[in-house]
Amino acid sequence: MRPVQGGGAMLRLEKRPSPSRFWQWATPVLAVLLTMIAGGIMFALLGKNPVEALRTIFWDPLFNAQFASYSRPQLLVKAGPLILIAIGLSLGFRAGIWNIGAEGQYIMGAILGAGVGLAFYPAEHWFIFPLMVVAGALGGWAWAMIPAILKTRFNTNEILVSLLLVYVAQNILASMAVGLLRNPEGGGFPGSRSLSKYAASSNPELIAGTGMHWGVVAAFVAVIGAYVLLQRHILGFHIKLAGQAPRAARFAGVNPQRLVVLCMGISGALAGLAGLFEVTGPAGQISIDFNVGYGFTAIIVAFLGRLNPIGILLAGLLMALTYIGGELAQFMLGLPAAAIQAFQGMLLFFLLAVDLLTNYRVRLAARKEAA
Amino acid sequence: MTATELLRVEGVTKAYPGVVANSDVSFAISEGEVHALLGENGAGKSTLVKMIYGLVKPDSGRMMFRGQPYHPSEPRAARAAGVAMVFQHFSLFDALSVAENVALGMENPPPMKELSGRIRAVSTEYGLPLDPGRMVGDLSAGERQRVEIIRCLLQDPKLLIMDEPTSVLTPQEVEILFKTLRQLSAEGTAILYISHKLEEIRALCDEATILRRGKVVATCTPRDVSAREMAELMVGATLTPPARAGTPKGEVALEVRGLSVASPIPFGTSLKDVSFSVARGEVLGIAGVAGNGQDELLLALSGELPAPEGAVRIAGRDAGAIGPNGRRAAGLVAAPEERLGHAAAPDMTLVENALLSGLVRKGLARHGFIDWGATETFAAGIVKEFDVRTPGTHVAARALSGGNLQKFVVGRELSQAPTVIVINQPTWGVDAAAAASIRQAILDRAAEGAAVVVISQDLDELLEIADNFAAMNEGRLTPVRPVQGLTMDQIGLMMGGAHGMEVAHHGH
Repeated sequence: MRPVQGGGAMLRLEKRPSPSRFWQWATPVLAVLLTMIAGGIMFALLGKNPVEALRTIFWDPLFNAQFASYSRPQLLVKAGPLILIAIGLSLGFRAGIWNIGAEGQYIMGAILGAGVGLAFYPAEHWFIFPLMVVAGALGGWAWAMIPAILKTRFNTNEILVSLLLVYVAQNILASMAVGLLRNPEGGGFPGSRSLSKYAASSNPELIAGTGMHWGVVAAFVAVIGAYVLLQRHILGFHIKLAGQAPRAARFAGVNPQRLVVLCMGISGALAGLAGLFEVTGPAGQISIDFNVGYGFTAIIVAFLGRLNPIGILLAGLLMALTYIGGELAQFMLGLPAAAIQAFQGMLLFFLLAVDLLTNYRVRLAARKEAA
Repeated sequence: MTATELLRVEGVTKAYPGVVANSDVSFAISEGEVHALLGENGAGKSTLVKMIYGLVKPDSGRMMFRGQPYHPSEPRAARAAGVAMVFQHFSLFDALSVAENVALGMENPPPMKELSGRIRAVSTEYGLPLDPGRMVGDLSAGERQRVEIIRCLLQDPKLLIMDEPTSVLTPQEVEILFKTLRQLSAEGTAILYISHKLEEIRALCDEATILRRGKVVATCTPRDVSAREMAELMVGATLTPPARAGTPKGEVALEVRGLSVASPIPFGTSLKDVSFSVARGEVLGIAGVAGNGQDELLLALSGELPAPEGAVRIAGRDAGAIGPNGRRAAGLVAAPEERLGHAAAPDMTLVENALLSGLVRKGLARHGFIDWGATETFAAGIVKEFDVRTPGTHVAARALSGGNLQKFVVGRELSQAPTVIVINQPTWGVDAAAAASIRQAILDRAAEGAAVVVISQDLDELLEIADNFAAMNEGRLTPVRPVQGLTMDQIGLMMGGAHGMEVAHHGH
């Protein structure tokens, strides 16, 4: 086989001596723009006006007089759990520890937290909700410890184990909704008592009309905490080091096993917290279809935000916007749900594709004819 | 001699962004000639032979091979013309046999049985014992090199290029190699021999071309000039050997007793019952052919590889089960061989890399919170004191040249007021001036009372700076002997003599 030699110009990739700071921040913006263009073409092929579709997704939820009053608070409601989970995942991802099962940890946090709350029903004590928060974090943490310990003890792959445990968690959720946690006064319908209507366990909207609840507060705290950890704390330094150069990390005295337990634990606990705040607030009860995929979408949010806490905050808000706008577009323009999911998928696709600009420089090189 | 000219290089120039690797280089080789290409790291030797082997294209100039214009566009074309090359770093697969590895490098490999026969024939003809059925992962470095050489010889080359072939060999193995090369040369094969080991060149080569900063600065007949003259032509300055004060020895600072640990590296060498001790002010040199357990010894001393209790004692206190940071706190610093990825994180800045190992002894964090100001000062101090050429401390480690990064890594460890220093290959890939300053810095620390262990494959380096000498051989350490009075022959025997010769004889 003889390679075809072109006489014209061709693209060549050249590794940069240092990663480009400009492109590190410019690639997410470029990815969003490319997603809009490709998404617009897709919407056009589906027979919809692309400009109208993009406006419905990105503009109307926030500024359209008719919908904004409902959808604006939804922004924080949806972004809260995404950010909270993504912050936890990003720490592990930075260290090269791949927890893909946040969805399962989210479910288990919700179940354990709700179980603790319902055990006190109908008592009214101030400590019930804080206790549920602790139980929620503990539930997610414990579920994440399964892949963590299997990895450190038996060197199993944490990606597979954490992912498969999502399906186990879903089945436990279904069994709880129709069994142990079912509302005894619910007339036989699946689903627990309403936690949001039981004052001692409810996670209400803190400022009316904003969507702000305790879960959103926790997400903001997590963003600040992760930022300080990564910039100022030796543990954050070791997390970054382990991800970039595992052998150098050992040289620096990092214990890789301990790091696995720690990162899986933190991400599991934050996912569990997100589940707890959701089940006591926006969702309101344990039901068969309680989980809606926040745990998986948070993976996209983590990468879209460059595994950087501030980036994740912005990416979480953007992702929430496409959720709300997507629903609106389904409802107003009759766009199929699959098209909205494809649109969200494009975002990750383009981000990963343009990501190489950070480490590589694209050069136009005139290729000389080989002698 | 009026031998026929084989290769002529005329006015060849090759520039990379920021560096001119070769500038107007000309030289010629006759058939059967052993020609040395001599120069420091970065003098342009590698670029030049890469052009001859078709890996790099010259910007200008021309080459003639056997009277024909010669411009190979890829190594395959060079091989077809009769040029073969043995690289410094072998491209062999550990999990395949010798014959399978040889077959992988051939365009149309014959059936395995026939190939094994041919490998046996060539290996006996040239005195290079090698069993075609053995796994490459089980071979010593010298035997691996034989695989590469035999792979080349099967192509019946007219010109054989050898890039630093003896850096992985014991003195006895060097003798075997030289015998083979002389035999090839007598049969009319020309050899282009790249090295910076001057005595070897004097023993082997007919002609030498000396490069400095990409230019030919001199040609000479190595037998007629002294090694010192050649070294000064190579460096372009008068060399002063490192000065050392004969320090009185203090109490034992590092003691290793019966250390046996399994290697964490696939096809690595486990340490077997290693014992030695180093006193304050003493420099112990540990020699050995690559892959005889030196990397594992460094890991076991730095604490990255847990050792049994009592096997490693720092200043009399047991440090066997203590990790890297605990050992640093006890006064031991270590510099691994691999700079990028082990001693330093490639994508992190010099400041972050200063924190990497300086955290404990320099107190760069309080309650776990990093003092970036102090870290920055520490990094800047290393850059200044050890003359690290860098635009600043906020550049990524991978942006530095090998020599500059090595100065930074060694400087980082030496700047921590250590009582025990362990360094693997302190001057590997570093130019002569930088190497001299690194060696001087090591000796200065020893003079201040640190116990030093230098692991190196460069015998000249060890003889220059060490007080005592030992060699690693298949994971075992020989008894420690004073450097004074050691002969090259004794050193060779300590390193395992002609490695693998017996194995090949009792092969099956």
